[in-house]
Amino acid sequence: MQPLGLERQTVTLDGKGHFGEWREAARRLLMVGTLPAAVDWREKHGATDLFADPPPARLNAEGKPEGARPEITVPRAFMTLAETVICHSDPGRFGLLYRTLWRLQAERNLLDIVSDADVVRLNAMEKSVRRDSHKMKAFVRFKEIGASTSTTSTSTTDIMEVIARPAPLETSGIPIGRRRFFAWFEPDHFIVARAAPFFQRRFTDMDWIIATPKGSAAWDGTALTVTSEPADDPKLTDDADTLWRTYYSNIFNPARLKVKAMQSEMPKKYWKNLPEADLIPGLIAGAEEKVRAMAEQAMKDPPAFHAKVREAAMPKTEENTARPGTLEAARAEARDCTRCPLSCKATQTVFGEGPDDAKLMFVGEQPGDQEDLAGRPFIGPAGKMFDTIAGEVDLDRKHAYVTNAVKHFKYEPRGKRRIHQKPNMGEIRACRWWLKLELDLIQPKLVVAMGATALTSVMNHAERLSDYRSRKVDLDDGRALYTTVHPSYLLRIPDEGRKREEINRFREDLQAIKSLSDTL
Amino acid sequence: MKKSLKERLAILSDAAKYDASCASSGTTKRNSSASGGLGSTEGSGICHAYAPDGRCISLLKILMTNFCIYDCAYCINRSSSNVERARFSVEEVVWLTLEFYRRNYIEGLFLSSGIIRSSDHTMEEMVRIARELRVTHNFRGYIHLKSIPEASAALIEEAGLYADRLSINIELPTDAGLTRYAPEKRPAGIRKSMGDLRLKIEEMRDPTLQTKRIRRFAPAGQSTQMIVGADQANDSVILGTSARLYGSYGLRRVYYSAFSPIPDASRNLPLVKPPLMREHRLYQADWLYRFYGFGIDEITRDQPDGMLDLDLDPKLAWALANRQRFPVDINKADREMLLRVPGFGTKIVRAILTARRHRTLRLEDLVRLKVSLKKVQAFIIAEGWTPSRLIDRPDLRTMFAPKPEQLVLL
Repeated sequence: MQPLGLERQTVTLDGKGHFGEWREAARRLLMVGTLPAAVDWREKHGATDLFADPPPARLNAEGKPEGARPEITVPRAFMTLAETVICHSDPGRFGLLYRTLWRLQAERNLLDIVSDADVVRLNAMEKSVRRDSHKMKAFVRFKEIGASTSTTSTSTTDIMEVIARPAPLETSGIPIGRRRFFAWFEPDHFIVARAAPFFQRRFTDMDWIIATPKGSAAWDGTALTVTSEPADDPKLTDDADTLWRTYYSNIFNPARLKVKAMQSEMPKKYWKNLPEADLIPGLIAGAEEKVRAMAEQAMKDPPAFHAKVREAAMPKTEENTARPGTLEAARAEARDCTRCPLSCKATQTVFGEGPDDAKLMFVGEQPGDQEDLAGRPFIGPAGKMFDTIAGEVDLDRKHAYVTNAVKHFKYEPRGKRRIHQKPNMGEIRACRWWLKLELDLIQPKLVVAMGATALTSVMNHAERLSDYRSRKVDLDDGRALYTTVHPSYLLRIPDEGRKREEINRFREDLQAIKSLSDTL
Repeated sequence: MKKSLKERLAILSDAAKYDASCASSGTTKRNSSASGGLGSTEGSGICHAYAPDGRCISLLKILMTNFCIYDCAYCINRSSSNVERARFSVEEVVWLTLEFYRRNYIEGLFLSSGIIRSSDHTMEEMVRIARELRVTHNFRGYIHLKSIPEASAALIEEAGLYADRLSINIELPTDAGLTRYAPEKRPAGIRKSMGDLRLKIEEMRDPTLQTKRIRRFAPAGQSTQMIVGADQANDSVILGTSARLYGSYGLRRVYYSAFSPIPDASRNLPLVKPPLMREHRLYQADWLYRFYGFGIDEITRDQPDGMLDLDLDPKLAWALANRQRFPVDINKADREMLLRVPGFGTKIVRAILTARRHRTLRLEDLVRLKVSLKKVQAFIIAEGWTPSRLIDRPDLRTMFAPKPEQLVLL
């Protein structure tokens, strides 16, 4: 007798994608310590083959199989992988899985070593089964069984009987109850049982059968039936295929012929069961001619309705190019402002907000991410900071006019976010046109510049914030200017202690502004 | 005489082919098990067919009508074009979608339209189609609606309740280009629509205070499309615009569509072969930006005229211009640097990071992972491999560039 584990063994399996039969056999083999090289895995062909079980384990004195392993454990990942790989049609899959199972007993991390030859092969098989499943979901084509269906097949299977059964008819001739569909598909692997639940979840309100040479699935609204018996192609047709073919021919763009790209995703082996596939050679052959015809076609006069459409699209009123006389008109005109290149990058102009006779006017730097999206000033994090502190000193933003020196958001995209960028002198100057207009129309008594950009714009000259901070300065036109920091500055201070200090200073500024504005 | 359904399908699918997107992925997972109706979406999209142009056919992509009051030069349906016109009724689009779906031709509907009468009138009809499918027919497949420019916020909001994805095309990379070629479209209006949609999607994603439930609103987000090669914008400008759109509006995708000659084309446009390779390179650069940690300026900085190299993929071109960053040790380098190695995709990088925890990797390991050694070996160090002189070779570029072709006599 050969030493234990080396004795040659033949295991014959049904091999139609059932995981259980392999698992049972593999467990028994591993229990008695049969080496992977000693097993001959075979697939049963036809009903006459004998199913040879592995021999019963020889028991040792303790009543356990000789050479038995204390216990067999495998990582969960292996089970998932094996359940998929077992559906592959390669006869070598049983042996490969058993060898991997054997190796896993000593090399627990084997599956992580994705460059190991066995693991590479297993992963490739798994991918192939997944791809076949995916292609089945993509390329199954249902034909309706009913008035518009006909068959040219002469085979007589159970499926044919189902198809031949007439749909129940109402007196009007319209079928009642559930509609019935049939599909013929030819998969590479034993995937019908894997893919069938997908079709059940998707085509729940119709009866259907999917028949293949590797088994069939059927759904009748209550039960999903899957068999592994091979079926025949009943060769049905469906009138709707004509419309689908029309769609397929016309959605194709002859100017972009990429035949290889098509074939790598829709290999020829699938073509014979796709109603659109026989159009392909003609579409390819005619593509060049179509493109040439397009290029040579002389430009014709526009159709009659074009003139009418043009006329209707003409602006109804004369364009108003004068300086807007009201805040509303200014706001409307600012929407289309292109005075500086920022307008091409921002979402919209964020104009000022508040009563048009406000005595107090706050000027910030520019809108941020949130302001840019919503089209309103000071609603983002800096605006919230401003509101909180203003609330603490009883300063009501509702009575003030709030605006920015620059009315488009300037930023740098960084992945899914936008990073704020400081506007430059040119942008500030270009946008000053609007700020001046706002000042002239509203005539505030006190203007608060928050931050250096606002100060620069109000003064029309680059100024240092520290020279003006927390001071009331009289301007030429009878207005007063008060300068403080921009609230977003407070958000950016990393040191908590300093941050508190600066917030206190900002609060004192707002307190001073409140007092000043009460005397206006 | 009224055209048959088949004739109109031919016209209105022909008119829809210039929209590149056919994605049906990235939406919520749902099916009809409980409802007993029709349709499901299970995460990944499914391409039910491929046309000989290499494009996936996943959705029934049609226009509701190709009549249009706009006159955009690049568009086959512009009002001055002599293309044959047709229109579907709401019921016909619903019928076609459901019958195509039942035969497993498609994942759902991608509906766009020329603008008839007004933006709101057009959008209203499109929303009606989506509502019919979802509410009357209990349809759970994928729906992508193209928002009509300047349509009212209320209609867009309703569209988002039924559609998986909403999109509005930016069309051209610069405002100047759009103003020139599409005089009726307002670039700022398009950006505003995208901004509004982002805010709405974010608002609906937050659970409500009362019910704590997340409401379904355009779960597959928004996307857009840019035409490449119709105007003079270079790749650097195009990619800069994409980066801004991704950063500003949370777009899932920016599609690039090589400008393709259209019948009865406007004289303002180049009637040349669509720049398919350029389009391909832009997609590669877009991927580098979104999944490989590259900045747009890094990708285009070393390229003359701001155009991507047509002979080399953008990562390889970057690596050749930045040789001082190589070779990279595949057993030690961090994920960020591995992703920058030409020839390594995100999956390979993941595999390397997993495998090297257990063994030191050699070139043979990479071969088994189906990595092209020809492409990577100059840029990496592995156990038993150092590309000592390779990376410094002055002719390194010629090792990768395609063989020069003999000029075709025209």
